[in-house]
Amino acid sequence: MADVRLTRRYRFSASHRLNSEQLSAEENRAVYGKCNNPYGHGHDYVMDVTIRGDVNEARGRLISIDALDQFVQVVVLKSFDRRNLNVEVTEFATLPPTTEVLSQVIARRMSEAWPIAFGGSGARLEKLRIRETRNNIFEVLAPAPVEREDQLDEISESRS
Amino acid sequence: MWITRRVEFSASHTCYNPALSEAENDALFGADANPHGHGHNYGLEVTLEGEPHPVTGMVVDLKEVKLILEEAVLVPMDHRHLNLEVAPFDTVAPTAENLAVELWRRLAPRFAAGPARLRNIRLYETDDLFVDYEGR
Repeated sequence: MADVRLTRRYRFSASHRLNSEQLSAEENRAVYGKCNNPYGHGHDYVMDVTIRGDVNEARGRLISIDALDQFVQVVVLKSFDRRNLNVEVTEFATLPPTTEVLSQVIARRMSEAWPIAFGGSGARLEKLRIRETRNNIFEVLAPAPVEREDQLDEISESRS
Repeated sequence: MWITRRVEFSASHTCYNPALSEAENDALFGADANPHGHGHNYGLEVTLEGEPHPVTGMVVDLKEVKLILEEAVLVPMDHRHLNLEVAPFDTVAPTAENLAVELWRRLAPRFAAGPARLRNIRLYETDDLFVDYEGR
C-alpha cells in the first residue's frame, strides 16, 4: 500500500461583486476597491482538488477519475460555472464571495457530499486550491467528513 | 530546503487490470482501459531535500540530478510502451498512482547517499491530473 495524493484540475467561470452587508457603502468601497464595482466582474477560476488515500498496486487507482469528474460536476460546477455568485449561490446571500470564502464554501459542500459518493473507497478529500487569477491563489484543507448515519440521511434528503 | 527538478517523457500505456471484469475495468479506468493503448506527455517533478553546502552554496549538483533522471527515467521510459517494455507494468496497471510509486522506487536509492534525499515525486499525466508520492 502506498499513501498517495491525486490532484485533478477543474475550471469554472463566474461573476461576483465583493460587498459586505455589515459595512457601509463607503466602507465597502474602501475595503474592496475596484472589486466593489456595483455591476460586478468575473474570473476564470482554476480549482485543484486533492484527494488522498492508500493505493494497492494490484488495483492501481485511488478512485475512478470519471466518478470524481462526475462528482465535481454535480456538487460544484453545476452550481458555480457561468453563474453570478452573489445572486445564484445560497451562501453568498449573506457572505462576501471573496475567493477565501468561496474556497471554504466549496470545500464544505464537497466534504458533506463526499461520504455519499466515495465513503467506502478509502479515499478522502484533502485540499482545495483555487486560482482566482494567475496572481491570486487560495488553498484550504477540506473540513473533516461527516460520518454519522443520521447526518448522511439529512444530506441525502436535502440534495434530493 | 527543497529543490525540484522537472523532466518530461512521452510514453504509451493502457490501464487494464486482467484480474477485474470488463465492467469493473470500465468503471475504474474508463477510456484509459482501451486495450489498444494511448499515450501521454508525462511531467515528472522530483523534489529533493537538503541544506546548501557551506562552500558551493548548492543543495545538490543539478548536473548530477539531470544525469540520474536521464538514466533512471528517460532511458527506460521515454518513447516506450509502459505495459510492454517497463517492469512491473507487465503485471500491474501503469496508472499515474503506480507510476509515481515505481519512480520513487527507482529514484530513492540513487539519492540515498546524499547530499540531498528524495522528498516527493510529482507525476503529471496531463496538465489536469497529477499524483504526489512521498515514499510512505
